[in-house]
Amino acid sequence: MENLYKLTLKEASDKLEKGEITSLELTNSVLQRIEEVEPKVEAFITVTKELAIKQAEESDKRRGEGKTLSPVDGIPIAVKDLYCTKGVRTTAASKILDDFVPSFESTATKKLLDAGAVMVGKTNLDQFAMGSSTETSAYKQTKNPWDLTRIPGGSSGGSAAAVAADMCTAALGTDTGGSIRQPANLCNIVGLKPTYGRVSRYGVMAMASSLDCIGPMTKTVEDASILLQILAGKDEKDATTLPDPVPDYSKTLKKDIKGIKIGIPKEFFGEGMNSESEKIVKDAIEKLKEQGAEIKTISLPSIKYALAVYYVLMPAEVASNLARYDGVRYGHSKIKDNKSDVKDLDDVYVTSRTEGFGDEAKRRIMLGNYVLSSGYYDAYYKKAQQVRTIVKEEFEKEFEEVDLMVTPVSPGPAFKLGEKTDDPLTMYLEDIHTVPINPAGVPAISIPAGFTKDNLPVGMQIIGPQLGEEKIFQVARAFEKATDFHHQRPSL
Amino acid sequence: MTKLSKKDVEHIAKLSKLKLSESEKEKFASQLSGVIEYVEQLDEVDTEGVEPTSQVTGLENIYREDEVKRSSIKHEEIEKNAPGFDGESFIVPGVFNK
Repeated sequence: MENLYKLTLKEASDKLEKGEITSLELTNSVLQRIEEVEPKVEAFITVTKELAIKQAEESDKRRGEGKTLSPVDGIPIAVKDLYCTKGVRTTAASKILDDFVPSFESTATKKLLDAGAVMVGKTNLDQFAMGSSTETSAYKQTKNPWDLTRIPGGSSGGSAAAVAADMCTAALGTDTGGSIRQPANLCNIVGLKPTYGRVSRYGVMAMASSLDCIGPMTKTVEDASILLQILAGKDEKDATTLPDPVPDYSKTLKKDIKGIKIGIPKEFFGEGMNSESEKIVKDAIEKLKEQGAEIKTISLPSIKYALAVYYVLMPAEVASNLARYDGVRYGHSKIKDNKSDVKDLDDVYVTSRTEGFGDEAKRRIMLGNYVLSSGYYDAYYKKAQQVRTIVKEEFEKEFEEVDLMVTPVSPGPAFKLGEKTDDPLTMYLEDIHTVPINPAGVPAISIPAGFTKDNLPVGMQIIGPQLGEEKIFQVARAFEKATDFHHQRPSL
Repeated sequence: MTKLSKKDVEHIAKLSKLKLSESEKEKFASQLSGVIEYVEQLDEVDTEGVEPTSQVTGLENIYREDEVKRSSIKHEEIEKNAPGFDGESFIVPGVFNK
């Protein structure tokens, strides 16, 4: 059978179920696709070819015995290289973890593997998930499959590019301030940041623990719902996971959207928005209206401060989370590299960290220690936490009036490689529409919404209240059914 | 407007256990000042009497049974990643110079 790599997760799952294809055929097709286009796209840090073939064979054997585990049994999945995968090198795209091979499995990958998924590889990212373009990776520069001179977005740029280029059937990403949604948006795929606490982060390297979420990056909304079904739920190993029961996410996918109230926060439009991208999102909103959604303009007046809140709280949490990389238990270390030359323990810490971390990690660690340091704590950290309360309450208040909100995902389409690397603040401003969602802890999805005249993809963001994933899927799926943007693939 | 001096950067680099070259100190002073300047717009917001938010789930005090659960991680696996390991402990140089 030809080109199995093009299949969506749902299509592949159905064909496996009907016996039309085997997981080995599907997996081999995806692996061959990786061999063909990876030299151009550079989405992977590690391709786990042998492991994938072994897992595919096991899946086919299970199926033959009538013991298929789940809808993802036998499906080739790519995993952001921030998830610890037992026995498979995990770098966070940083030299400080260059030779790190985890001795345990993250809950998310364990759940997928236990459900029979096949892992084809670990994808590139901005170092420690810090960036919006995958340019801070210490290993390679992932390109946008739609235009190889442009960035794929970030930090989950490798996962987004891999899905868009059909180098996996679906992928996992992480999202602290937009790292799933922004690359999904720039690569014409679906990316979901679930409600904070809906999916366990155990075993995923922490960046900013009060903001970090992990979630699916897929070819369709339905595929995202299938993966969330497996990933969601309470985990004893992550105390922030919510005890609320996990609903059947397939239920709302078939429903129409008549009468659903959608708020359009005016602060996300106008100044700073690329006019073509803005038009695409506005047209998408019209489409939702045609399908019976009630559209209402709303206001989130404090949203303009959300990015500032984020750039205080996130670095503060980074500074403490990245304190663990100290050259003692794992990772790049002065102890290992130059035994005779070691002065004292402090020398191990300082040298290992200085050599191992890239500039963006250093910037954020220092920024975090600055805002937390004596004399500045109240002025920056406490102040930001207070403004966080105001931002969160504005979302809560508006969600009493509307079911969902729709906004742009990024100020514009994918920018050129190297265009924003010299000025961190310009890069940070790329996340202005995705960042506010994380301090509020609410779920949001990015789905394909159109193309610019240069054929660059533009997505739209659908935001829901806490645990509003079902309604998000409902509206996202209805939009998908009425359009064909998600069927478009880049020519490589 | 707060501008970070070279001395400020030296101080936070020390807190961060990082060593910076002279040119890095200058580069980071300018870049970090830009970000600090940006976040200082928070001063415009009236936060009188507003409770700080540190997490959004509303969950508190997650309890579990006080049982010892043996880790499945083997010492040999730890050793593979550790720069200094004697089978039981991580080996590091002294905190103070002799």
